[in-house]
Amino acid sequence: MLEVTGLQKIYNGGATAVEAVRDLTFSLAEGELVCLVGPSGCGKTTLLKCIAGLMAPTDGTVELAGRPVLSPPPGMAVVFQEYGRSLFAWMSVRDNVELPLKEKKLPKERRTALVSESLEAVGLTDFADAYPWQLSGGMQQRVAIARAIAYEPQVLLMDEPFAAVDAQTRADLEDLVRQIWQRLGVTVLFVTHDIDEAVYLGERVLVLSNSPTVVQDDITVDLPAERDQLTTRQDERFTHLRARVYAQIQQAKRGSAPPAA
Amino acid sequence: MSRPTAHEPALEPSTPAAPTEQEAPVARPSRRRGRADRTAGPALRVAHVLLLPTLLIGVYWAFTAQPGAGFYTPTPAAIATAFVDLWFSERFFVDVLPSLGRLLTGFALAALLGVGLGVLLGSNARVRATCEPVLEFLRAIPPPVLVPLMIMLAGIDDTMKIAVIVFGCLWPVLLNTVEGVRAVDPVLADTARCYGITGTTRLRVLVLRSASPQIMAGLRLALALAIILMVISEMFASSSGLGFAIVQFQRTFAIPEMWAGMVLLGVIGFALSSLFELVEGRVLGWYRGLRAAHRGE
Repeated sequence: MLEVTGLQKIYNGGATAVEAVRDLTFSLAEGELVCLVGPSGCGKTTLLKCIAGLMAPTDGTVELAGRPVLSPPPGMAVVFQEYGRSLFAWMSVRDNVELPLKEKKLPKERRTALVSESLEAVGLTDFADAYPWQLSGGMQQRVAIARAIAYEPQVLLMDEPFAAVDAQTRADLEDLVRQIWQRLGVTVLFVTHDIDEAVYLGERVLVLSNSPTVVQDDITVDLPAERDQLTTRQDERFTHLRARVYAQIQQAKRGSAPPAA
Repeated sequence: MSRPTAHEPALEPSTPAAPTEQEAPVARPSRRRGRADRTAGPALRVAHVLLLPTLLIGVYWAFTAQPGAGFYTPTPAAIATAFVDLWFSERFFVDVLPSLGRLLTGFALAALLGVGLGVLLGSNARVRATCEPVLEFLRAIPPPVLVPLMIMLAGIDDTMKIAVIVFGCLWPVLLNTVEGVRAVDPVLADTARCYGITGTTRLRVLVLRSASPQIMAGLRLALALAIILMVISEMFASSSGLGFAIVQFQRTFAIPEMWAGMVLLGVIGFALSSLFELVEGRVLGWYRGLRAAHRGE
């Protein structure tokens, strides 16, 4: 479904060139939920922007369903970390969700159905006419998620979507993502810096190294499909997997630390 | 002891539970007016508005009532009489309407031109870099000096006057639009790109809306300038309009009439600015709410 091959990104800023991403190769099968975790500053956002077609990689390719991604492809939706800045403040919740569907030229009845379905899925039916800034942070991020799922994407990219919400809301939103993923069968790439979140959510966890970034490890999460904030997190396999990811990240930090000049 | 049971329920609502994201209040009322204004009765509000004008007119009246007060400072009663006689006559059609027509035409053209060019310059760094020095130069020219040139180029009719108004009003609209367009949030722009929002839809729902607070600020400045430039352009080589009328009254020593002209200009300015505020309230309702939400109201 999603193929990333030999992806490299070098930022050329005058005299110094910074290699943010060195050589990334991985793929997502259809309907998979994969978490991408890495130490801070390892180029997660750069990678996500390249995958979304928002930024051209220096080298390598991204393919969605066999087609190279050169600009944002129609079958992809993105949920950004900055919920407050990714919603149109001058539009109601309903209009925010509906706008991309209008651009897709969907008929009115279909749009209305998709908007109400997706708002119901995120539990915001009663707030369709509110403005985003009238809602709490967690609710705003739900609006962004509703907009993404109403768009009916083949692939859903999430760039640290819960990094700016409080812990309780975060747990709820994690369960919401699992639930939506199970119900819609959409392919999800979830970028996070939180190891627990990665293991709790993912079917697979890709561990990235320090910058310049490569895939350090590819871990299959063999936890049951039905997950629960309480029991899953106490599960022995959960703690085992978490420890493994943690060790990988620690090694990533040490291993490829650039030599001091 | 009945004390704890009596007090506990009363205390409950005033002890806020730790607010979680989920339970945060929703649909905050937008408070556009201050608390005093909302709680005050209509009578008190009218008093608020009229107190200072009454006082000022009173002071002026006392000044003109002195025996030594001159010919050039007529009493408010004389000005009011002149006002009614002048502007509730055919002069309204000869002087006031043409002036207003030029003012609004010039303002509208400047708005269109300013927003159009502003979007172009704001969204294209290369065009901006090419045009900026020239624009800075043109902006530095005080618009009234265009009057003599425009008389030669366009004659003394409405075209000249409208051109002067456009030339003056263009800059605040243009520069504010450029800033507003440049300040479109990159995350929002990325979001729009991801969802295939491009072309004119992007312009309409993203660029213009997100720049609208700055554009409105520019238009507000432009409106004030438009009134000034309307009057100035009519003071030269003109045969109608408020500016022309006021100069003519002064030259013929029709002093109360001259004052009545100035009062009318004030009234027009006040009315236009109130009207503008009404429109702004509609266009920028979301922005006021957003700002209030950020302030934590």
